[in-house]
Amino acid sequence: MRTLTRLALILWSAAALAAVAFAGLFWFTSGGPPTPAIGGPFRLKSQTGEMIDSAALKGRPYAIFFGFTHCPEVCPTTMVDMAALMAKLGPAAKDFKIYFVSVDPERDTPEVLRNYLSSFEPHVVGLTGTPDEIAKVAKEFRVYYRKTPLDGGDYTMDHSAFVYLMGKDGGFRNVIGYQEKPDRALEKLKSLLEKG
Amino acid sequence: MKTVLKTACAALLLAGAIGSAHAGDISLEHPWSRATPAGAPVGAGYVTLKNAGAAPDKLISATAPDVAGKVEVHQMTMDGGVMKMRPINGLEIPAGKSVELKPGGYHIMFMQLKKPLVAGETVKGTLSFEKAGAVPVEFKIEAIGAGAGGMPGHKGH
Ligand SMILES: [Cu+2]
Repeated sequence: MRTLTRLALILWSAAALAAVAFAGLFWFTSGGPPTPAIGGPFRLKSQTGEMIDSAALKGRPYAIFFGFTHCPEVCPTTMVDMAALMAKLGPAAKDFKIYFVSVDPERDTPEVLRNYLSSFEPHVVGLTGTPDEIAKVAKEFRVYYRKTPLDGGDYTMDHSAFVYLMGKDGGFRNVIGYQEKPDRALEKLKSLLEKG
Repeated sequence: MKTVLKTACAALLLAGAIGSAHAGDISLEHPWSRATPAGAPVGAGYVTLKNAGAAPDKLISATAPDVAGKVEVHQMTMDGGVMKMRPINGLEIPAGKSVELKPGGYHIMFMQLKKPLVAGETVKGTLSFEKAGAVPVEFKIEAIGAGAGGMPGHKGH
C-alpha cells in the first residue's frame, strides 16, 4: 500500500513537472506569462455533417487533436496510437471521444474527414469549419498552425502535435505529446477517465 | 569495373543484405512505407542510403508512378511541439557514410496518391542520385501505426 502511495506521489510529481515544463513552453513561445486557460467554447461540423457544440460535451471528458489529412506521419500515427490506447482502456473508454480538428478546412471537408477517419473508428470524431472558425478554436487551444507552400501550387501545414485531455467541465487537464511513451499516455487517460 | 561491381554485389549478398538494392557505391537498405488511412492523399517512404564510395553523392529526386502523382524528398522536424515539413533540395550522402530516412526526419513523400498504401504490398519506384543515377527501389508497406515512437509498431530493423 505504502509503495502504491509512493508511486502515486512520483507519478504526480512527474505530472506536475511536465505541467510546469509545458506552461514554460507557452511562456517561451508567446513571450508572455503562461495562460492557464487552454480550451474554450467551439461549435464545429463533424464528419457526418452534425454540429458539435462544446457546451453539449459538458459532463464528459474528451481528447482533442489538431491535424490534417495531407499529413504523412504525425496525424495518422497519433490516431493509431490513440486507438491502441482506447483498446487498452477497454469498456472504461467506451464512450470516450477524440476530436480531430482539421487545421486545413479548405481541403478537409466533412466528406474527406469521414473517409479518412473511418480507419480509426469508433472513438475519433473529425471536426471542420470555416477558416475563421478553425482560427478561433485553434487560438483557444493555443494551437499553432500555418500554411506552407510546396511546388506546383500545393501546400502543407505546420501544426502543433499535442493531444489535449479535457475534463468534464471543459477545462484543460493534461497533454499527451507526440511519441509519448504509451504507458505514460495510458496513465494520463486513466486519470482523466477516473477523475473527469 | 564490371567485375568490381559484381564482386561488390556478391559481397553484399553474402553479408546478408537481402532486400537491398544498390547501384555503384550507393546501396538502399530496408526501404519501407506505412499503410495509409482511407482516402489519405499522402504517404511516406523510408530507407537507409549507404554510400560505400570515396566521394559524396546526393539524392536528387524520387518517383513512384504506380501510386503517386508526385514524389518529393522531405524533412520533418518537431519544433516545440510543432510539426514542420519541408521539401529539401538534394540530400547529401557523405563518402563512406549512411543517411537514414526515418520517422521524425527525412522521408520520401508520396503525394497525390492514386490508391491507398496497403500493408503487405509494396511501392515500386526509383531514387535518383547525382552520381549513382536512378536506382530502383521497392518500399515494403507496413502497418498503419508502423514507426510511431510510442507504439510498438516498427521494430527489429
Ligand atoms: Cu512530407
